[in-house]
Amino acid sequence: MDWVTIISTTVKAAIGVETVLYALAAIGINVHFGYTGLLNFGQAAFMAVAGYGLAVSVTVLGLPFWVGIAVGLAAAVLLAIILGIPTLRLRADYLAIVTIAAAEIIRLVFRSVAFKDIFGGSDGRRGFSNGFYALNPFPEGEYGFGWFTFNHRVTWVLVVGWILVALSCLIVYLLMNSPWGRVIKAIREDEDAVRSLGKNVFSYKMQSLILGGVIGALGGFIYGLAFASVQPDIFGTETTFFAYTIVILGGAARVLGPVVGSMIFWVLLVLINGLLSGAVEAGYITFMNSTQVGPVRFLLVGVGLILLLIYRPQGIFGDKREIAFDAR
Amino acid sequence: MRRAVIAFTAFLSGLVLLLTAPAHAAAADQGLRGTLTFQGQPVNGVKIVVTTESGQPVAEVASNAQGTWQVPVDKPGRYKVTLDVKTLPQNMAVRGGNNVRTPTVYADNFSAVLFALQAKGAPGQPQEEEESSFWGQAAQLAFEGLNLGLIIALAALGLSLIYGTTGLTNFAHGELVTLGAILAYAFNIGVGLHLIPAAVIAVILAGGLGYAQDRFFWGQLRKRGTGIIAMMIISIGVALVMRYTFLILFGGQNEAFAQYTAQPGVQIGPISAAPKNFIAMGIELAVLIIVGVALLRTRTGKAARAVADNPALAASSGINVDRVIRIIWTMGAAIAALAGIMLGLSQNLKFTMGQDILLLIFAGVTLGGLGTAFGALVGSLIVGLFIQLSTLWVPPELKSVGALAVLIIVLLFRPQGILGRRERIG
Repeated sequence: MDWVTIISTTVKAAIGVETVLYALAAIGINVHFGYTGLLNFGQAAFMAVAGYGLAVSVTVLGLPFWVGIAVGLAAAVLLAIILGIPTLRLRADYLAIVTIAAAEIIRLVFRSVAFKDIFGGSDGRRGFSNGFYALNPFPEGEYGFGWFTFNHRVTWVLVVGWILVALSCLIVYLLMNSPWGRVIKAIREDEDAVRSLGKNVFSYKMQSLILGGVIGALGGFIYGLAFASVQPDIFGTETTFFAYTIVILGGAARVLGPVVGSMIFWVLLVLINGLLSGAVEAGYITFMNSTQVGPVRFLLVGVGLILLLIYRPQGIFGDKREIAFDAR
Repeated sequence: MRRAVIAFTAFLSGLVLLLTAPAHAAAADQGLRGTLTFQGQPVNGVKIVVTTESGQPVAEVASNAQGTWQVPVDKPGRYKVTLDVKTLPQNMAVRGGNNVRTPTVYADNFSAVLFALQAKGAPGQPQEEEESSFWGQAAQLAFEGLNLGLIIALAALGLSLIYGTTGLTNFAHGELVTLGAILAYAFNIGVGLHLIPAAVIAVILAGGLGYAQDRFFWGQLRKRGTGIIAMMIISIGVALVMRYTFLILFGGQNEAFAQYTAQPGVQIGPISAAPKNFIAMGIELAVLIIVGVALLRTRTGKAARAVADNPALAASSGINVDRVIRIIWTMGAAIAALAGIMLGLSQNLKFTMGQDILLLIFAGVTLGGLGTAFGALVGSLIVGLFIQLSTLWVPPELKSVGALAVLIIVLLFRPQGILGRRERIG
């Protein structure tokens, strides 16, 4: 087994592109689920409309990069409003079903043959990231130290990505310590009590849905720019569920919970993948082959999610009293 | 809980030992097919050439003794299908003279390509006559929609009753559907039993596993006082565990049962379908009626509805709530497994088949009213019919989109569903 490669890829995963984009998606979910108590199971849809908003604006309509970003953000806000109007008055499990259904609708439309001219079918869209890399201040070459070495393109994506993560965390921190945040957290604890104080609960929930959706949309941009393409099946329901696992792992209703959760999640996933693949190749494990390693990782994600919720629902940093686990 | 997962995984690993190497070649998800007939008789040995829209060759096939041909393709999209007129028997010609078609293939669908044959020299009729009429097509689609609706109803009944009695929105219910299909496949292909006994064993086993799931897992969580939202997210974890276990054991390819895969269709009025579909619908209908009567007439059924209505009141009037919930889990898992087998019979088996149908089950349950038994039936039938009939206007690949959009619209105007009650929705 090649221990150096396994350990170096694992260490790199702690700050890698996946960690960044899942951290952004998870910060969004944290705003929805952790702070407001909204069960948004359609976070992948917010990432998808943002990624596709950018991709389609640039490749199909020929608009500049910044306009594409604006279109993506507008699409995420619009999606939040469309999803929120019918569901925010209903109980949590209805919101869950509707958001997951909406995410599937969006994925199916993006991958359909009927709209292939716009969204590119199951191949998706590529060739929209030049505007982003044209802004790259890093000249060609390798950057970093030790195992944390990336080429100039990845370095640029990571720098931008971590700045976005930091900004999102800062915004969440400031908002949640403001009067607005106190109302949001009160809605999670008791909606009727907040209503009796004369607050417009629907409006607050909608603002929370939009804010979390826009932060998730940043994750969609990072995906599209880092891999220079968007495909519909990347934004499936499992993406959302992994982001939920990350939020719960790190600790819901904690500003840095999703970031730490994402780092731990990806370090573990990459480590398990490296160890299992290495063991299979070296012949230590004979009861499975290398194609079964991928599914085993995701099976373990499921087991981890179950065990976390049963034995430590507050995750690593969370506070048990602050978690909205009872339907209202 | 850990025990339950270990026991469950161990059971499934036992099953994989029964599975010999897959006897069937993997079928592609989508493709083109057609049947060539001349005056009611199949036409054998006619060459069909399939290329992509830009002319890249894909495959060349000849029609078989039944006159049918089939070309699986890797990717959805537009294809060009050419019938080689030189290989037609001397006395025949393609009606209208045009021997090229450009059909669109959608993901997970086989598109039918129509070549009408006529006697050579007969006056060339325009194509309208061959296109089945709108109402004929509608009748055919309504039939298919009813079939799908019954399958959804089988799965939805368990989901709705589990929701009603325990408050759990079970995102792993789709995997119970897959479980039934894969168990039946294991006994059918792995052990070599005929599909019918294999299906019976699969349903019984799935019922047992449903019992075990509640006895060792969900029941324990309820006792611990785990919140409803926490349980919902746990069910997602369960779904991930089960789905990827299926992927590891079963593989990512499509499979079919050993029996009843290719049956020649029969024509009844405007509807043409394989006999297996009629029998499957009969079984589905019979099971639904039996369950419905049991819910209305038997003591346990009445108790089940009472618990679904108000667990606390039911418990205080002497009903053993835990026992009722366990019976519901057993029955729910068993009929979900039956739904999976029926789904595998009318489509293909795949490890994501339950995941793919789960949202349609949710749509049916929500439309009918979460927590009601008969609402789930009505809602599912409407969803099934709607999905198939909508293909009259929308491309088949987008048919589920319509159903899910209706789900959202229903919540906007009547969130309690057709048979639900207002106070449930909070």
